[in-house]
Amino acid sequence: MNIILTRRISQIFFMTLFLWFCLAATLGEQWWQLQGWPVNWFLQLDPLVGIGTFLTTHTLFRGLAWCTATLVLTILLGRFFCGWVCPFGALHQFVGYLGKQKNKAAEKIRKNQYRKAQYLKYWILIFLLTAAASKSINLVQASAMGSPGFFTGMLVLAIMILLISASVNHMTDSAKTVVLFSTGIVMWMAGTGLLNMNGMFLDSLQTGLLDPIPLFQRSVNLVLLPLMDKASLLSSTNARYYEQGWLIGGIFLTAVLLNLAIPRFYCRFICPLGALFGLVSRYSIRRIGQKPGKCTHCKTCEVNCEGACEPSRQIRINECVLCMNCLHCCPDDLMEYSLSPSVAGEIHAPDLQRRDLIVSAVSGLALVPLLRLGGTTGPNWNPALIRPPGALDEESFLARCIKCGQCMRICPTNIIQPAGFTFGIEELWTPRLNFRIGTSGCQLNCIACANLCPTAAIRPISLAEKLGKGDFSTQGPVRIGTAFVDRSRCLPWAMKKPCIVCQENCPVSPKAIYTEVSHEKIRLDRPLIVDTGTTGSLTIRAGNLPPGKYATGDYFVHIPSHQNDGYRRIVQNSADFIQIADDPSWEIPPEPGSVVEIFVRLQKPFVHPETCIGCGTCEHECPVSGKRAIRITAENESRNREHTLLL
Amino acid sequence: MTSLPDNAGTTRRQFLARCSKAGLGIAAVCGMGYGFYDVRGPKPEDRATDLVSVPDFSIPSQAGKMAIAHGKDRAETVNKALSALGGMEAFIQKGDHVLLKVNAAFATPAVLSATTHPQLLGEVVRLCFQAGAASVRVTDNPINDPASCFALTGIEAAATAAGALVYLPKDSYFKKITVPGGTLIQNWPFLYEPFQGVGKVIGISPVKDHHRSGASMSIKNWYGVLGGRRNVFHQDIHNIIKELAIMIKPTLVILDGTMTMMTNGPTGGSLSDLKQTDTMIVSTDQVAADAYGATLLGKTAADFPFIGKAQEVGAGQADYHSLKLIQT
Repeated sequence: MNIILTRRISQIFFMTLFLWFCLAATLGEQWWQLQGWPVNWFLQLDPLVGIGTFLTTHTLFRGLAWCTATLVLTILLGRFFCGWVCPFGALHQFVGYLGKQKNKAAEKIRKNQYRKAQYLKYWILIFLLTAAASKSINLVQASAMGSPGFFTGMLVLAIMILLISASVNHMTDSAKTVVLFSTGIVMWMAGTGLLNMNGMFLDSLQTGLLDPIPLFQRSVNLVLLPLMDKASLLSSTNARYYEQGWLIGGIFLTAVLLNLAIPRFYCRFICPLGALFGLVSRYSIRRIGQKPGKCTHCKTCEVNCEGACEPSRQIRINECVLCMNCLHCCPDDLMEYSLSPSVAGEIHAPDLQRRDLIVSAVSGLALVPLLRLGGTTGPNWNPALIRPPGALDEESFLARCIKCGQCMRICPTNIIQPAGFTFGIEELWTPRLNFRIGTSGCQLNCIACANLCPTAAIRPISLAEKLGKGDFSTQGPVRIGTAFVDRSRCLPWAMKKPCIVCQENCPVSPKAIYTEVSHEKIRLDRPLIVDTGTTGSLTIRAGNLPPGKYATGDYFVHIPSHQNDGYRRIVQNSADFIQIADDPSWEIPPEPGSVVEIFVRLQKPFVHPETCIGCGTCEHECPVSGKRAIRITAENESRNREHTLLL
Repeated sequence: MTSLPDNAGTTRRQFLARCSKAGLGIAAVCGMGYGFYDVRGPKPEDRATDLVSVPDFSIPSQAGKMAIAHGKDRAETVNKALSALGGMEAFIQKGDHVLLKVNAAFATPAVLSATTHPQLLGEVVRLCFQAGAASVRVTDNPINDPASCFALTGIEAAATAAGALVYLPKDSYFKKITVPGGTLIQNWPFLYEPFQGVGKVIGISPVKDHHRSGASMSIKNWYGVLGGRRNVFHQDIHNIIKELAIMIKPTLVILDGTMTMMTNGPTGGSLSDLKQTDTMIVSTDQVAADAYGATLLGKTAADFPFIGKAQEVGAGQADYHSLKLIQT
C-alpha cells in the first residue's frame, strides 16, 4: 500500500467521521443520535478554536485541550492535518482533482504554481487573532498598575510575537519585525494607558467566520443536512429551517467551486487554520524535500502539488500540506519525507511583508472598538437577540462563540437560528432564538445546546439550574427574556375574540400568564329589539343574526333595562331567536320593544413577569401567526444584569 | 540548484537547532494545555467582584442636631443656621477633604428651583474652605445630560468660582456596591471616585414635589450617587430611599426651602410650580430634615412612607421636635 493510498484512506475516513458526527448531533434516543458520540471532536482538534478561546478567556475548555495534540503532531510532522485529516481540505482536494482531470500536465503545473497571494491567509490569521488578543494585551498594561494578569498577558504577547516572528522570512528581518511590532504594541499600551483608554482594548472571537472546521460544520449543519432532510426527513421529523442559509450555503458553494479554477483555493489563499499550521510547522522535525541527486527540473512533482509549495525548487515548508504526491511521481526518485532539509533549499516563512503584518495587526486591534461603536453590547443592545439558556453575558459570549452551528443543529425545536446582519457584524451567525420558526418554544426540560456547545459560550448548565430547583432554588430559573402581550394585536384584547392559547401553553408552574375575565359588548349592525320574550328565550324584530354564531358558549345576553340582571349564556340562536341557558333564566321576561345586547365573555391574558422565563412557547403558539400578539424580548434575561427589568 | 550539503556537521547542527526549537514548542504547547485546562467552564457573570463600601461620614458628637433659619437670601440663612450649630468649624476640620453632593438632576436654570441653587452652593464651598478644608469636591450623577446639567444650573460656575472641583460622572468613576441589610442596592454601580479620600460629605438639595415618592429632599438626593439603569428602582421607591439612607451617612445635610416646588415635580419648569417658603434647614439628621421639609410641602412626615422607613433602620429621627432643634 503506497503512501498516496494511505493518505486517501485517511482523508475518506476523517471525512466520513466528520459527516457522521454532524448527522449524529441530533437529539434523540436512536443509536445514531447523540448517544455520547464525540460530535465536537473536529472542532476540538482545531487549534484555531483552542488558541482563539485561550486568547479571549485564558482557558482551554474541556475537549478544546485536544488541540494540543494537533499542535504537537504538527510540530513533529508538518501540516499533516491539512493533507490527512481536515474534511474541508479533503473536499477541496477532491473537487480540485475533478477540475483538473482533463488538463494537460503543463496546465496542471500552472494551476499548482505558487502564487504571491497565498500570503493572504496569514494576513487573515493575524487579523483575527489580534482582534481576539486585544484585551489580553491590555493585561500587560494593567499589570504595570498592579493587576494579577501579568503572567497571562505576557504569555499572550509572547505567543503573538512568536507567531509574528515565524511569519517573516529572513531571520534578520524577523528580528527587526519583532522589535518593530513589540515597540508598536508597547506604544499602543502606553498611549492608551496614559489616556486611560481601556475602552480601546476590546476583544471578540471572529475566527469562526473563516476557520474551516466551524465553517464546514456550520455549512453541513445549517445547509446540507437541512436540504437533505427537506427531501427525505432522514435525520429529522420535520423539515428544518435556517435563516441565513442562503449566505452560509452560498459561501460554502463558492469555496468549493473555486477549486475548479485553482485546486485547494480556500486552503491556499483564505484558510487561517492552514496559516496557523504553516507558522507552527516552521521547525517541524520531518519535512518534504529533495535528497541529493540530479534534479532535471522536469517539474513532475508540481503536477499534483496540493499546497502549491514549489517542491521542485526551494520548497516552501509552510505551504506544504503533506499530500505526498511529489514523493511518487518523481522520475528520479529524488523527493523524500525525512528529517533533513531539502538539498535544494527551503523557504520557512510566508511571503508576508512587514507592512502587511503591521496593517493586519493594527486592523485587528481596531476591529472590535469599531464594531462596538454602535453600542450593541452596551446601551444599544438589541432586545430581539434572545440567546439560548445558559448563554454567557454578551461580551463573554462573543469572546467564545465560533458560530459552528452545533446548538442550532441539536436544538430539538429548531428555534435556535443563526443571527443575521441586523444583529451586528460581530453577532453574525451566532445563536439567536426565533420562536416563529420550529416546532415549539424553548423546551422546559431541555439543556441540549448548553451541554453541546464546544466553547462554553453557552455554559453547561444542569436541568436543576435551568429550572431553578434544588441547589438553585434561591436564584430561580434561568430566564432568557420576558413575554409581552401586544394588546393592539391580541384577539381578546383587541378584537373581542376568546383565545388564551398563550396561557394554556405556558409551561411554568404556576403559570406565568394569567387571565382576567371581562364581558364586552358585541358590535351589531342594528339594535336588537325584542318582539316577544319568555323567561328563557326571546325573538327579535327583523332579526338578522347569523344562525348559531352566538351559541358557542362564550356569548351572553344582557338586558340594559333590567338592573342587576347580569349576563345570561346563549345556548341557541337563529336569525331572530335567542335561547338562554336556564342557570338561572330571567325572573322577568324581556319586554316587547325593549333593547337587548349581546356580550362576549373574554379571558384577557396578562404576563406575570416574576415567573416568566422567556421560553417563547406562548409566542410560538399565538394564533396571530404573522407578527405575534405575544412576543418575547430579552428584557430581564438572567445573563446580563444590566437588562434586569424587575426588582 | 541541487547541491550537496556543505558538510555533514552543519546539517547536524541545523538539525539539532531545529529539534530544540521544536522541543521548546512542544513543551510550551503541552505546558499551556495543562496549565490552562478548564474542566468546569465559565461561571455566570460574577456577582461579587470588586465591591466597594462607603464609610460613615457622620460625627457622633454632633448627632441629632437641626437648625432652621428663615429669610430670602440663601447665603444669609445658611450662615445663620450653621452658626446656630456652632459654625462650619464644628463639622469641617483643618485639612479635611469635603464632598458636596448637589442635586443637579435637570438641565434647567437655577430660578426654577429644580436643582441646588448656585448661590447656596458657592457659599457652602466658601464656608468649607474658611473652616480649613483642604479641598472641596462637587458631584452628582444627574438625570439629564451631565455636562448640560452642571452648566445650565449654574452649579459648575459657582463651584469653580469658589475653588471647588467638579466631578462629572464618568463611566470609570463607578464601582459596584452592596448595601448591607438592603435588598435593592445589590452589586450596583455607585459613583465611587468622588468619595475616594474624602472625610466629610454634605448633601445640598432643594425641597421638591415628586410624583412617585411624594417628595424629593435630602435622602432622595442620594439617588444621584447611583449609576446603571437605576430607574428600575422606581418600582419600589420608598424602600430604595430607605436603602439610600442606610448607604450614605452624611456629615451634614442642607435642605433648601427658600423656594419650594409644590407641583409638577421633580422637574418643575414653571415659576408657578414654586412657592416662596423662606426656610433653610441644616441638620446632622437627614430624616429630621426631610420631616421638616414635608411641612413646607403642606404635608407631614407621615405622608411619606420613606421617612418612616428611614427612621426604622436607624437613619434618623422623624419626630424633629425631640431633637435639639434651633429656630433662628
